[in-house]
Amino acid sequence: MIIRGDEPDQIRLLRKLYKPGNYFMMGDEAVAYGAIFAGCRFYAGYPITPSSEIAETMARELPKLGGYYVQMEDEIASIAAIIGASWTGLKAMTATSGPGFSLMQENLGYAIMTETPIVIVDVQRSGPSTGQATKGAQGDFFQARWGTHGDHPIVAVSPVSVEDAFWETIRAFNIAEMLRIPVIVLFDGILGHMREQIRIPAPDDIEIAYRKLPRNEEEAKLPFGDPHGDGVPPMPLFGHGYFTHVTGSTHKENGLRDVYTPEVHDRLVRRIHRKIEKNRDVYEKYEEHFTDDAEILVVSWGVTARPSLGAVLKAREEGIKVGLFVPKTVHPFPGERMRQLGKQVRAIIVPEMNLGQMILEVQRFINDDVLLKGVNKIGGVPLTVEEILREIRGVA
Amino acid sequence: MVKQIYSKYPMVKYLRKEALPTALCPGCGGGTVLNAFANAIDQLKIDPRDLVVVSGIGCSAWIASPYFLADTLHTTHGRAIAFATGVKVGLPDKKVVVISGDGDLASIGGNHLIHAARRNIDITVILVNNFIYGMTGGQVAPTTPFGAKTTTTPYRNVEHPLNIAEMVAAGASYVARWTTAHVYQLIESIKKALTVKGFSLVEVISQCPVQYGRRNRMKEPAEMLRWFLKNAIPISKAKNMSPEELEGKFIIGEFVNRERPEFVDELNKLIDEVQESFGLKGE
Repeated sequence: MIIRGDEPDQIRLLRKLYKPGNYFMMGDEAVAYGAIFAGCRFYAGYPITPSSEIAETMARELPKLGGYYVQMEDEIASIAAIIGASWTGLKAMTATSGPGFSLMQENLGYAIMTETPIVIVDVQRSGPSTGQATKGAQGDFFQARWGTHGDHPIVAVSPVSVEDAFWETIRAFNIAEMLRIPVIVLFDGILGHMREQIRIPAPDDIEIAYRKLPRNEEEAKLPFGDPHGDGVPPMPLFGHGYFTHVTGSTHKENGLRDVYTPEVHDRLVRRIHRKIEKNRDVYEKYEEHFTDDAEILVVSWGVTARPSLGAVLKAREEGIKVGLFVPKTVHPFPGERMRQLGKQVRAIIVPEMNLGQMILEVQRFINDDVLLKGVNKIGGVPLTVEEILREIRGVA
Repeated sequence: MVKQIYSKYPMVKYLRKEALPTALCPGCGGGTVLNAFANAIDQLKIDPRDLVVVSGIGCSAWIASPYFLADTLHTTHGRAIAFATGVKVGLPDKKVVVISGDGDLASIGGNHLIHAARRNIDITVILVNNFIYGMTGGQVAPTTPFGAKTTTTPYRNVEHPLNIAEMVAAGASYVARWTTAHVYQLIESIKKALTVKGFSLVEVISQCPVQYGRRNRMKEPAEMLRWFLKNAIPISKAKNMSPEELEGKFIIGEFVNRERPEFVDELNKLIDEVQESFGLKGE
């Protein structure tokens, strides 16, 4: 039994098609190439600005690698199709933007409940509703966290540059496979459409993870069990004669529905939470700049992390002791590190392209005596170095 | 009870013992559909290991998932065909079957149904049409006959029902419609649908005495079956009848049986061509 994308032939194809070196490309394209290098061989999607170039790149590149591009009739069908494909052993992805991400929320919950490894890219655009369809934003921070219903954990990663988009997409696939969960890439329209130089490595230089498969019939009979104690059940793939039953309803370890016994629901949902809590080392990632001696801290994510770094560098030139904290995995929030940093500084500035979302996560982990200030800009134009620097100076 | 059924009924080897007895109401047509499906699989000698059954939400979605012993995917409401599309692309050599109800596949899932037919992906859909939302309590469905009573049309239904088989006939490779009173024809049609390469739909008009019949003067299952038999018109005969004469009748038989290029085949052909043209074929 193999996870497709794992064959030695794939490495040969990757080597032949994409010579290691510097490429000049869009953020959306970098996401697509990241997915391809991570082993994604099934993409189902529905066009929506500003994510469409991901679909276009996948449609062009996947057939070369023996992979499948399917343009579905809508976003709901797209995420449904990748869940179906994942159960056959294909690494699968879809990409969308704001309204499409809203449509996917029900099936995102299905993927969480059935522990299906998939990757969903949300190239955030301005909202609510159609908003400014072609403009980037960072307004889906909590949609990614709480968009689907019920008690559920989620893992979302957020790249800060075009090159980072390549690597974070690979990381999203690895997390999805290792923990058997859906992973969200919270990207944005500005980076999605930005062109930058990126370095593509040799395929052998990339670490790729694959889902745990059942070692024997016994494990295969418990598609939602926990034989290894890490909360991650081995995944018996369809088509191997295991007679696996998969349902989004509350189910027992053997997959059969039981929606009446409180303990069954409790056990299942708590395990799904526990595997995220326990495996923090698999997905937790953040960047720090000048935090050693910082008295002021800028906390920023995604596209805004770049002008934030610019502002921090300039403020340092002026002698202001300011540092930068960039969560790369935004959900679950790196709260422990945030708490430590919060004890060290007297002011925290949170620039975001929204009216204040991640700042609420920051607030949860700091004390009242720290001055907390958001720098918020909406309208589809990114924050500038000057705008953030002004706020740093204001609290210096 | 379970043990007794298990020893008496040969088709039970295709069922998940631990999931029995079924949750279907007494007199439900779902049992007939499950029976017909199991018989079709048996007669075609299809190994259940070569079968993936996908279903949505509702009574009819339960017919094969969880009861049929195969890989089964019980999905969100209306989306079974979209899930099945991913499964079929991943497992082109397996039989992928969707069994679900009219509310699931033709109402909320109507868009997926027509687009799967358009794509002509090799999936067999068994659509169980009982004119009603059974599991949610008997509300009006897009298939509820004009004038019928339901919990949300307590006076009468003022909407016209959707003709599912005719709607899908535009794209599919195979389309047939039978009722639960035409069991042998139904089995034959399911067998054909499973054998045809491409999208196939078998619509089964099925009795729901509890939610539909009870409110429309047919509270006994047998009354509903008699209603089917009395009003079923073979497609050949229906061709010479006026729309007025066909009002309230069930046209039964094979609507479409033809060959068209199949989606996953075409996808794989495309991959071959692309790999060939880029010189990527293995050395």
